[in-house]
Amino acid sequence: MAPLLEIKGLKTHFATDDGMLQAVDGVDIVLNKGETLCVVGESGCGKTVTAMSILKLIAMPPGRIVEGQIIFEGRDLVPLSSSDLDDIRAKEIGFIFQEPMTSLNPVLSVGEQIAESLRRHEGLSRKDALARTVEMLKLVQIPNAEGRVHDYPHQFSGGMRQRVMIAMALACKPKLVIADEPTTALDVTIQAQILDLLQDMKERFGMAVMLITHAMGVVAETAQRVVVMYAGKVVEEADVDSLFESPRHPYTQGLIRSIPRIDLDSMHKTRLEAIGGTVPMLINPAPGCRFAPRCRHAFGLCSKQEPVLREVAPGHRMACHLGDTRGETR
Amino acid sequence: MSEPLLRVTGLKKHFSVKGGLLSREVGRVHAVDGVSFAVNRGETLGLVGESGCGKSTAARCVLRLLEPSEGKIVFDGHDVLGLSGGDLRAMRRNMQIVFQDPFASLNPRMTVGAILGEAFTIHELASSASEREDRVASLLVKVGLKAEHMRRYPHEFSGGQRQRIVIARALAVEPKFIVCDEPVSALDVSIQAQVINLLEDLQADLNLTYLFVAHDLSVVEHISDHVAVMYLGRIVELASARDLYRHPRHPYTQALLSAVPVPDPKVKRKRIRLQGDVPSPMNPPRGCHFHTRCPIAEARCRESAPELKQGSDGHFVACHLA
Ligand SMILES: Nc1ncnc2c1ncn2[C@@H]1O[C@H](COP(=O)(O)OP(=O)(O)OP(=O)(O)O)[C@@H](O)[C@H]1O
Ligand SMILES: Nc1ncnc2c1ncn2[C@@H]1O[C@H](COP(=O)(O)OP(=O)(O)O)[C@@H](O)[C@H]1O
Ligand code: SF4
Ligand code: SF4
Ligand SMILES: [Mg+2]
Ligand SMILES: [Mg+2]
Repeated sequence: MAPLLEIKGLKTHFATDDGMLQAVDGVDIVLNKGETLCVVGESGCGKTVTAMSILKLIAMPPGRIVEGQIIFEGRDLVPLSSSDLDDIRAKEIGFIFQEPMTSLNPVLSVGEQIAESLRRHEGLSRKDALARTVEMLKLVQIPNAEGRVHDYPHQFSGGMRQRVMIAMALACKPKLVIADEPTTALDVTIQAQILDLLQDMKERFGMAVMLITHAMGVVAETAQRVVVMYAGKVVEEADVDSLFESPRHPYTQGLIRSIPRIDLDSMHKTRLEAIGGTVPMLINPAPGCRFAPRCRHAFGLCSKQEPVLREVAPGHRMACHLGDTRGETR
Repeated sequence: MSEPLLRVTGLKKHFSVKGGLLSREVGRVHAVDGVSFAVNRGETLGLVGESGCGKSTAARCVLRLLEPSEGKIVFDGHDVLGLSGGDLRAMRRNMQIVFQDPFASLNPRMTVGAILGEAFTIHELASSASEREDRVASLLVKVGLKAEHMRRYPHEFSGGQRQRIVIARALAVEPKFIVCDEPVSALDVSIQAQVINLLEDLQADLNLTYLFVAHDLSVVEHISDHVAVMYLGRIVELASARDLYRHPRHPYTQALLSAVPVPDPKVKRKRIRLQGDVPSPMNPPRGCHFHTRCPIAEARCRESAPELKQGSDGHFVACHLA
């Protein structure tokens, strides 16, 4: 079966005063129909830029897709014009952002915003669009949806706004929903409501979900497959069970081990395994592995040659020289 | 056990909300509504709860960065609310705060050396410029930075390094007690671990006492000896970290803990779903503040507020049914 979305060799760079910033530098991601894929990594690793590149939602200039293909349902989106992409947005691909206020229009009621998208993309009449909007607000558990459909975004709490965003992203029943840190600013109870809701909607509409997060707990609870990004590159990719059971890349191992856990008794008051240092600047990155300055296992080859993604177990790929038997013969 | 370093009793802080043409009081936010707790010397008390429940307000009242409306605060044998002028300043030296946002809390126009040196000058802790420089250098080393960093400006540091500078500034005056208000919330997980380890090392070396405010329940369990859970201005449960996380007794604590995502896909936990959002603290529900969302509420919960009562094992809980 052909994948729903296939990102191939994507490079998105930004022109800055200090030089070319290689935010996304050769990323491959495959997303199958109906699948939940989590993209995880610390801030500045290129998660958002990858997601925004799909529908060219990044500022161009300074941003530019330098190389690569983004194949959605067999069609490359990279060469498309912004009006073609507008049609795909909402109807085929829904977006949910971390801060709902950036994508909700403050001077329009939430009902007008959702209904407008339904009329434009689905050709519904004013009356039908309103009815569908109320139905969507009910689905995302906004109490008294008929009454609240005419309220403005600022009249909702943070968690409710995020649910309104979900209603808007899903109104046209897209095949793919991209959620960029949709719960990062929210309390755990509200986070749990939103993640349950996304799961619920996914099952109801059979859509695929690309969930971007930096929280390993969220990944473990929602993902089927996981892509770990570091400094503009994919460093590991696996199904969720393998990733947590046997993380192969030193960065992934560090991410999993550095968090305190309430499910393990023995963790209490034992020292956390921090990863030293910070994510490097993505302008003129040093040759070799981008994780090398922070890696405990780094050896001679790491600062000379860049590791490429290779399969280490069925469906499990990672980019690290460790245990690479091919490297020894080179 | 010796007397706790800090004992807070019946603390209240109400903010008046003004509106209309004449700016008359239209309501009151009961941000902190009768809170009592104690922190033992050399220990950490964690304070958790959803956004807006009053954690920061309570913490700021303890330091008198906000004037409490009511209550009693005893720190190291002194009645904090009775102090003023020089006595209050002297007391403040012993109580410092580290905020969430290391970007906002450092003056961008001052070098790190000047920022740290200022604390010594205010409290007259260094007699000469060279002594001040020596102390700044040793502080920087203590928080895992380098002496030469004193000549740099805050923007030249990463988020985690800036938080180390903020911690160094708090340590400059050799306090006994530090309020950490979401000190790692703005940091990436790997950096979070670095800063948590630093706070733990400093506590062990300097016998510091912490009040640690955060909404990340995993981080709070890791760092705290005792944990207090707040809901709408009140403490609903307080116990040793281990006891509270293993055997939560209050329905709110149980729901909160069940919502924490665990980084192990094999662990399938039963989630207690709470309905609705936290009610407005301007109009908190009558009786038990939690009754509008409590899955086991009864008629009496709507009438009378449960008191925070201590069980035989030292575990405090405020619920009619616990
Ligand atoms: N100066 C003020 N005037 C009026 N209301 C205030 C003021 N400061 C805080 N509040 C209100 O008091 C309540 C408690 O606020 P507080 O900042 O203590 O919450 P918190 O538990 O620290 O939340 P968070 O997790 O979001 O930091 C909130 O409803 C808040 O809106
Ligand atoms: N408009 C922009 N101009 C310049 N650099 C940018 C811009 N947007 C993002 N970047 C840079 O691209 C890199 C990746 O950013 P981002 O994708 O937002 O990371 P993440 O979502 O993983 O936190 C960062 O170094 C960021 O500073
Ligand atoms: S390639 Fe080398 S530096 Fe990079 S992660 Fe592997 S061992 Fe570490
Ligand atoms: S007192 Fe009643 S409403 Fe409050 S937590 Fe206990 S059972 Fe629930
Ligand atoms: Mg991002
Ligand atoms: Mg706060």
